[in-house]
Amino acid sequence: MRDTFIATTTAILDEDPRTALVLADISAGSFDGVQRRHPDRVLNVGIREQLMAGVGGGLALTGMRPFLHSYAPFLIDRAYEQIKLDFAHQDVGAVLVSIGASYDAAAEGYTHQSTGDVALLDTLDGWTVHVPGHPEEVAAILRDAARHDDRVYVRLSTQENSRSHPGAGLHVLRQGGPLVVAVGPMLDPVLEATRDLDVTVAYTGTPRPLDAAGLRSAMRTGEIVVVEPYAKGTSAHLVSETLSGLPHRSLHLGVGRAEVRRYGSRHDHARAHGLDPAGLRRSIEAFLRG
Amino acid sequence: MKLLSRVTADVKHSPSAHSTLDVLWVLYDRVLRITPETADDPGRDRFLLSKGHGPAAYYAVLAAKGFFPEEWLDDMGGWDSPLGHHPDRVLIPGVEIGTGSLGHGLGLAVGTALGLRAQGYLDTRTFVLLGDAELDEGSNHEAIAYAAAIRLPLTAIVIDNRSSTHGWPGGIPARFPNWGVSVVNGRDRDEIERSLRIVEDRPRLVVAAL
Repeated sequence: MRDTFIATTTAILDEDPRTALVLADISAGSFDGVQRRHPDRVLNVGIREQLMAGVGGGLALTGMRPFLHSYAPFLIDRAYEQIKLDFAHQDVGAVLVSIGASYDAAAEGYTHQSTGDVALLDTLDGWTVHVPGHPEEVAAILRDAARHDDRVYVRLSTQENSRSHPGAGLHVLRQGGPLVVAVGPMLDPVLEATRDLDVTVAYTGTPRPLDAAGLRSAMRTGEIVVVEPYAKGTSAHLVSETLSGLPHRSLHLGVGRAEVRRYGSRHDHARAHGLDPAGLRRSIEAFLRG
Repeated sequence: MKLLSRVTADVKHSPSAHSTLDVLWVLYDRVLRITPETADDPGRDRFLLSKGHGPAAYYAVLAAKGFFPEEWLDDMGGWDSPLGHHPDRVLIPGVEIGTGSLGHGLGLAVGTALGLRAQGYLDTRTFVLLGDAELDEGSNHEAIAYAAAIRLPLTAIVIDNRSSTHGWPGGIPARFPNWGVSVVNGRDRDEIERSLRIVEDRPRLVVAAL
């Protein structure tokens, strides 16, 4: 996904003089060529994430379309007040593209991981959130985001599904009983975990805005399971709001709040949080038994 | 200034409101290429008030220059008023950024200057006004170092009324390495004007001492 981001963003910068890229050292080497071609629009501010956001806001105030990029914890968590005040409060937008996700950087430790990025943006107004599950979904997201001035967050991960499902909204992939919604890269583990269960499986790579109409129409029974690759329960409030008036039971799976003070790989962390196929199956079966 | 007293009658931050008056008047009366008619012109000069608290003088100057009706000054902070105790660019014609939380204006000014340069507005100037205590916010130092490194020609004005709790060894210019510096009497309008007219191929700091 990161390679697709670099190639697509480079092409966008070459094609559209309104676009700009602001970096804080992370991935800067991958944009050397395009920076030489467009030194006024490809800017590396150094290890200064607050400034990265401020510069993005300033560029947008002059009518440009800034893309910002870093690891999720540095892009979102660290510069939260800049994101709050330098974009929406100024009535401008930007495209924020993160890598690292919840625990891609497992061996780097907790400092390089963000599980709360989507929840933090949920405290703010007007952010579209893309959590693509496949590299082929990334290019269209970025190209679409370059064409307007809204606020867009794109959360990239090294965890990828085997197939792409492009387009916003809820994609129902398998018909059955209770609804299991997989967000982004959680689709493949969900499909494996539910292979022989009588459930409906739906996918979205765009959890914000949540496809409320799609969610309501995909409900087959009064039961819903939501599996997200970031903080557990991040979408619970929206699912509850969407299904208000419909008697239902819900289970929200995602990354737990407690810090896992272990390194290893993202597979180890998925297992620790019960987000590997076996863990998901245990949780979903227990829920469906009531 | 009559308009200023119209707005400051019962407003908080009154000393900080008055501290900016002479600099703001010189900017809008003598330096900035901006009028109510060109307030949305993409090539207009930009003035960003980073020190958003104590905006009474800012509002008074904008009203005197016709950006909005003087009557607006009578109800600052009221439910029906566009004028808050910190300015909001969405509500007030001529206001470039909404501020209040300190340490945001300089970064936004760097981005603004870069955006103008990238679009070919090479004669458009970008000014940003900060307070000396505001410099204690670390975000400013991210912007100060970067602007110097890329020799970005914007002008930061720091109103120095020695309100920073711990100060800074060497004074305010020591916080701005590799910037061009003028230290002026913040009440001397001619001296302020001369310092604001200087353009270099690097960022400039004007300390308006009070």
